[in-house]
Amino acid sequence: MSISKAFLGLLEDGPSYGYDLKREYDARFGLDRPVAYGQVYATLSRLLKHGFVTVEAIEPGDGPERKRYAITPEGVADVEQWLGEPERPDLYLQSTLYAKVVIALRSGREAIEILDTQRAEHLRLMRELTRRKMDGTLVDQLVCDHALFHLEADLRWLELTAARLDELAGAVTA
Amino acid sequence: MSSATVASEAIPAEVGRPLLECRVLVKRFGQTPALDGASLSLGAAEIVAVMGPSGSGKSTLLHCAAGILAPDAGEVIYDGREVGRLPDSERSRLRRSEFGFVFQFGRLVPELSCAENVALPLRLAGVPRRRARDQAGEWLGRLEVADLAGRLPGDVSGGQGQRVAVARALVTGPRVVFADEPTGALDSLNGERVMQLLTSAARQSGAAVVLVTHEARVAAYADREVIVRDGRTHAR
Repeated sequence: MSISKAFLGLLEDGPSYGYDLKREYDARFGLDRPVAYGQVYATLSRLLKHGFVTVEAIEPGDGPERKRYAITPEGVADVEQWLGEPERPDLYLQSTLYAKVVIALRSGREAIEILDTQRAEHLRLMRELTRRKMDGTLVDQLVCDHALFHLEADLRWLELTAARLDELAGAVTA
Repeated sequence: MSSATVASEAIPAEVGRPLLECRVLVKRFGQTPALDGASLSLGAAEIVAVMGPSGSGKSTLLHCAAGILAPDAGEVIYDGREVGRLPDSERSRLRRSEFGFVFQFGRLVPELSCAENVALPLRLAGVPRRRARDQAGEWLGRLEVADLAGRLPGDVSGGQGQRVAVARALVTGPRVVFADEPTGALDSLNGERVMQLLTSAARQSGAAVVLVTHEARVAAYADREVIVRDGRTHAR
């Protein structure tokens, strides 16, 4: 997730301060990973350097001066370009889990136990996300559903792999 | 759960014992084994998902647990009593009053209105017509389909029909709800809504749920899961 693109997107609603941008970013996109203050001001400096934002006003505060940032037409164009580009679909061909299954099969260990342990962990996380979804807003549901569908896809892979273990054992030890 | 050596008589009434317990069930259909030593334990007000691939035996396990099918071997203990030893009349009473059912395709009575469908289990249990109607209306409201009360099941959508089916399952205040692929015929959005309503309503009324599903996103509404593979259960 690009913080700079998200900041530009948030600034399209109107000028804002670094602190407010951080707060809104954390609420909408940060979930369990809030953006650090250092990262907020580094990102804004970079956006300033590229001409995607300007400092619209400087206000004295209790501590340091507060800068109000506004998006420029170049910044809007950058957001539009970003929104129009497809994201590269994530590939999991090098996943640790795949490696664990292959190594277990090659060494004659119980690969099914690896799959069952992983399934239980996936389901545990899915239950947690489902609880969060049920207690949350529509926006929380959107975020949780995205994660849930990905976890479900992993589980389908686990199920299919479990059904093919004997066949796979022959293939990886040949 | 391991209980192969449990005696078939004199079930001790322990504190904290499961509300419903299936012990090492075996069930065959002709030559085809459906259950081969499956066990399941359900606490009061607990929601347990029974998962597994098609043909793994999960629906057969639900049917045995609910007393719809009799296992060839093993025991089903409900509230300290072995269901297989109960007289038919008592088993029928359990299914009518203590258990609720939700199936994949609603199985509403097509000639009755949605409200009459929900009131039906109450009427069968001897509740007077007017009270049954009021309670049915209240449950339709809780499932957000109060406006369908007068409609026939054939005139409502699949998702709406399942909400009516959930209301019917819960209207008698059952201690256990058996849900067999309750979202299997629904799209994602309707499936999610039905699961939210089913689990919230069950938790509010303190009903336990046995939820058979092959979908992990549906199972995630449960407190824990039991996996059925080749007629055997694997609990985590």
